[in-house]
Amino acid sequence: MKRVYLDYAATTPLHPEVKQEMMEALDGTYGNPSSIHSFGRESRKLLDDARSIAARSIGADFSSIIFTSGATEANNLAIFGVARAYAHRGKHIITTQIEHHAVLHPMEELQKEGFEVTFLPVDESGIVSVEAVEEALRPDTIFVSIMRVNNETGMRQPIEAIGERLKEHQAIFHTDAVQAYGLEKLDVTSFNVDLLSVSSHKIYGPKGIGFLYRNDDVHLAQQIFGGEQERKWRSGTENMLGIRGFTKAIELLEKEQNERLMHYEKLSKQFFKGLNDFSIDYHLNGTREEHMPNILNISFPGVEVEMFLTNLDLEGIAVSSGSACTAGSIDPSHVLKAMYGEENDRLYNSIRFSFGIETSDEDIQFCVEKISKILNRLIPSNTRG
Amino acid sequence: MKKPEDTRVVVGMSGGVDSSVTALLLKQQGYDVVGIFMKNWDDTDEFGVCTATEDYEDVARVANQLDIPYYSVNFEKQYWDKVFTYFLDEYKAGRTPNPDVMCNKEIKFKAFLDHAMGLGADYLATGHYARVNEIDGQAQMLRGVDSNKDQTYFLNQIPKEILPRLMFPLGELDKSEVREIAKKHDLATATKKDSTGICFIGERNFKEFLSEYLPAKPGEMQTLDGEVKGKHDGLMYYTIGQRQGLGIGGAGDPWFVIGKNLEENILYVGQSFDNEALYSDSLEAVHLNWLTDIDLSEPIECTAKFRYRQEDYAVRVIVDSDKDQANVIFKEPQRAITPGQAVVFYDGDRCLGGGTIDRAFKDGKQLTYLA
Repeated sequence: MKRVYLDYAATTPLHPEVKQEMMEALDGTYGNPSSIHSFGRESRKLLDDARSIAARSIGADFSSIIFTSGATEANNLAIFGVARAYAHRGKHIITTQIEHHAVLHPMEELQKEGFEVTFLPVDESGIVSVEAVEEALRPDTIFVSIMRVNNETGMRQPIEAIGERLKEHQAIFHTDAVQAYGLEKLDVTSFNVDLLSVSSHKIYGPKGIGFLYRNDDVHLAQQIFGGEQERKWRSGTENMLGIRGFTKAIELLEKEQNERLMHYEKLSKQFFKGLNDFSIDYHLNGTREEHMPNILNISFPGVEVEMFLTNLDLEGIAVSSGSACTAGSIDPSHVLKAMYGEENDRLYNSIRFSFGIETSDEDIQFCVEKISKILNRLIPSNTRG
Repeated sequence: MKKPEDTRVVVGMSGGVDSSVTALLLKQQGYDVVGIFMKNWDDTDEFGVCTATEDYEDVARVANQLDIPYYSVNFEKQYWDKVFTYFLDEYKAGRTPNPDVMCNKEIKFKAFLDHAMGLGADYLATGHYARVNEIDGQAQMLRGVDSNKDQTYFLNQIPKEILPRLMFPLGELDKSEVREIAKKHDLATATKKDSTGICFIGERNFKEFLSEYLPAKPGEMQTLDGEVKGKHDGLMYYTIGQRQGLGIGGAGDPWFVIGKNLEENILYVGQSFDNEALYSDSLEAVHLNWLTDIDLSEPIECTAKFRYRQEDYAVRVIVDSDKDQANVIFKEPQRAITPGQAVVFYDGDRCLGGGTIDRAFKDGKQLTYLA
């Protein structure tokens, strides 16, 4: 059966060149970068090269990169690391209602530890305002964590302006840039951020690797104790295979970023045109402005999301909705809830389509045709196609 | 007639051995099998553990073994509104509800059937021990061949119009054969324990569970003559004919629950299993449902079950179609007829339909305490 993968925001396949690099890495040196002998030095050199490339990709210094097992760990390190290091200055933290669970759940843990967390709302377009951050700021605010691009809607948050505003405040500023990393040139200086998390498997690199950028002036309470790798911020022998694949993915990203973005814009236009051609009733969740073209979160009035998703998969189309709960059932999206309120139908009829470098025009056409076919079966009255 | 590979069968998979084997058998017959796990109840405990998660993992393991797609669907809201609310209301009214019958009627063979049809299914299959066979051009429900496991009792309220769309592959098998098939194919659920009791209560203490939802009103235990024999914990905790948990000691025959007085909050008890007060000779059934075309203008001579896993008894059923109720007259007096439970009618192996027991009578007089 023909299958079309449109869930690149969940994870991406390995880029062929990344795979090649990792195959070579498997045959290469296996020394421990911490060892003093020649085997260790060989690995240390590769690690240093990787760190330089990672740092350069976000306009940061060599020493500011902490490799982690991925963005979830990077976010946990940022959140618990800052909260526990700066608790003596205050116990107030600001974040948003639309963060990934890898930020929201650590924040909820901090609440249990006695921190006060403000979860800022967003407007209907899914964007948090600089004013809202300003109003929430207090003298005892020690930490602000706001994502760059939302993983469900593709809506970009005004990180530069928030960072600018926070310059005069003691609060440490963190951004989860997982979705943004593959789409725009990130620059920690223009962002005015102290901490930034990214992940490899969203940019065609391997799973199990990511990094946290840490401005030299920021202290973090250690979260993992051991051999004091990564300048003690992340103990544990380095995942060299992952780091080498990740580095290759970063290099490819720098080379191909503009081209990829143009590709996503073309696909996104084609997708909307297809929906219109089939007279499908839909609404984009979010707005066309400040929107990343590789993620389309679309509401289909009259459908029920579990039924729709299952039908799409049975037709070979892999997409997602909300966040999968453990028993496989779908919880309404907390992001759409923040945008439209608890009662809105969009919480129960929205699907996220996300495109990648391998997505073709034919894939989009195939997908739109299947959507039309399924909708005609489920709600014959709602489509004219 | 569609070829099996073009025929989509949605299988309700619970993560148990029965539905696992159901999916296996249909896959072996070449059907386009889709497994769906239904989540009807949120049983997340104080440690955040949810048995539905484990069950879904078992569905995933079996589905992967069979190489079939699997999904889940959430009917928690429908289950709460249609099944659990009814369950509590019946207990509040002093009756003994049958949530499995209601679940089949409202969820599995209504909401879930609709879901399956929305997925382009030609058939819905479940692991019930029952059969649907075509007799004289009409789809009929028959007992499962394993008389000990037959589950037609729980299926009595489903509409007959949907029978042609149902498949019960286990209806032709004994439970022991089902286990054997699962073992032979090394299914992940082959040695999994069968679930017992009411699905949403699971292994938990029934009294404790009910007390979370309904206030318990303790009161007196009395004989029909008014002699006080002790205290009860709340009428809802007791079922007609029950022996356990009364705590009445002393010499003579053991004590049984023989009735309830809801107004005065009295639990009636009497001595001996065969206590005369427990016997009735007819009952009135409501919410009638027929699984076959049947002439209701004449009395129906058939057999009936008044509770699950009970033998059949000969009855005569006189239906009052206008009032949607029936008078069921027993050949022999019956013990512990329990309002709220189902009465299900059979003609040989054929399940004719059933209803809900509303009232019981002895010599034309209603047994008012049999609630």
